Amino acid sequence: MDVRKTYKLFVNGEFVRSESGRAYRPDGKVNVPRGSRKDMRDAVRAARTAFPGWAARTAMNRGQILYRAAEMLDSRASQFVDLLGGGARARRELDQAVETLVWYAGWTDKLSQVTGTVNPVAGSYFNFTIPEPTGVVAIIAPEEAPLAGLVRRLAPALCGGNVVVALAAESHPLAALTLAEVMATSDVPAGVVNILSGQRKELLPWLASHMDINAIDAAGCTSDEIKAIEESAAGNVKRVIKITEEERSPYLIAAFMEMKTVWHPIGV
Amino acid sequence: MATALTLTHLGSLMGGVRSVDEVGAGERAAALAKRSIKKSSKLWALDLAIRCMDLTTLEGADTPGKVAAMCAKAVRPMAGDPTIPSVAAVCVYPLRIADCVEHLRGTTVRIASVATAFPSGQSFTSIKVAETEQAVRAGAHEIDMVIDRGAFLAGDYQRVYNEIVAVKEACGDAHLKVILETGELGTYDAIRRASILAMAAGADFIKTSTGKVQPAATLPVSLVMMEAIRDFVRETGRPVGFKAAGGIRTAKQAISYLVVTYETLGADWMAPERLRLGASTLLNDVLMQIDKERTGAYQSGDYFTID
Repeated sequence: MDVRKTYKLFVNGEFVRSESGRAYRPDGKVNVPRGSRKDMRDAVRAARTAFPGWAARTAMNRGQILYRAAEMLDSRASQFVDLLGGGARARRELDQAVETLVWYAGWTDKLSQVTGTVNPVAGSYFNFTIPEPTGVVAIIAPEEAPLAGLVRRLAPALCGGNVVVALAAESHPLAALTLAEVMATSDVPAGVVNILSGQRKELLPWLASHMDINAIDAAGCTSDEIKAIEESAAGNVKRVIKITEEERSPYLIAAFMEMKTVWHPIGV
Repeated sequence: MATALTLTHLGSLMGGVRSVDEVGAGERAAALAKRSIKKSSKLWALDLAIRCMDLTTLEGADTPGKVAAMCAKAVRPMAGDPTIPSVAAVCVYPLRIADCVEHLRGTTVRIASVATAFPSGQSFTSIKVAETEQAVRAGAHEIDMVIDRGAFLAGDYQRVYNEIVAVKEACGDAHLKVILETGELGTYDAIRRASILAMAAGADFIKTSTGKVQPAATLPVSLVMMEAIRDFVRETGRPVGFKAAGGIRTAKQAISYLVVTYETLGADWMAPERLRLGASTLLNDVLMQIDKERTGAYQSGDYFTID
């Protein structure tokens, strides 16, 4: 029997319809929930609640969970290849996404050694800088590469201990919404990853002005959108991440982190 | 006079309490909770929620300092914004009344104190009366007493009744709120019986819960209590207030309580003299919702005081 799937939003570890009851058809065939600002609000609330727990996990444990996500994604490879349109290009994108997860899984316990520093200062202080997670990160997935593009930003944000509210690519949301099923079966705690689908034009202003979002990844946005985001983001001095780099890099993890410096008195 | 009721009268009073349609109460409360309150109505409702709030701290770890901070917040919930009204009252343990008296002098905020071996109520009547008297002497304007659930569940209504009458007498001019602790009463029928009993014994307010037992206040339970109040007022003409307490954490929940109160008891109950919401963490969410309505941006707990 052919069971047709109802795609859902992923909020607080649960697969839910949009509270608005709306849907849209990105490809003209499949109904996808058109998330509202209230779905976004719920997702941010769930993320904020999940943040202390996820940030307090050991780096080793976060790495294990990211690696588990890679395993789960790989085990459903054929499904994702189909969702991405099939063929060699789709296969390549899936492989990239899996590799990205594995790569960042390895970085969780190396990040602070590489980006943290001990600083020479002219005083009797032991001065050092360590990276700390920023908090709730909103990710606007790029329209091209709907799976790998999202994973390339999601993995570094999670790697550093942030929690994520991601907006799937508007024109190709199916892979991102199915990625939620991978997250749900990878021991990612509820609320740590939330994935919404819907119209970017409608949701961006609410994401950008939300006082409880600490950083917004605008890599998938146009320059006009970035300008609007930056203006609203000023309200709570959100970090706006604009690095468009497609390569994997520890500096992309650091872009989602806050560097905390400690002046520790010595010799007193 | 209420004190004149004897065992036989009380028996017929309790026997006359009709039973509650449990499914119906749940359905009606759920239907009312769905109602959507927007824009200026929402701002009005949030303002009312603050004016009807009993800002509460009932922890073993309460210190004079913590109570002082709460009193400051009760008077002026949002620092620097005088358009936000003061809350109705603060609710504390008896030993903290003196701190409240010191910090609330000259304000409209009233002092409520729990008494009568809160939260279990399992102590001697003489001790409960003495505790109430001392609390009133210390400066409490309102007393939140608990009923003896042990006696109530065992069917010893006379004992519960006499105790409420005695505590009411000890209150003097202070208002008496009677906590039924609905989470321990078991059925809606028992809740309705306890409501009628407390009102007949002279309660100025009936209150759902102590906040120490789960489930605490729920909408259907509140509806059952409000319907008891409505029927009691119709019978006797004496208005009795309602206080929901425990588990009310979000502005949305608070608005649901306001809707149910309005639909059950009417506009006269939309005032702190007749309605109270007891809460410790609700205030911040209400303030955040007010800011959301004013600024158009969703708010963050980072920008509001802790507690």
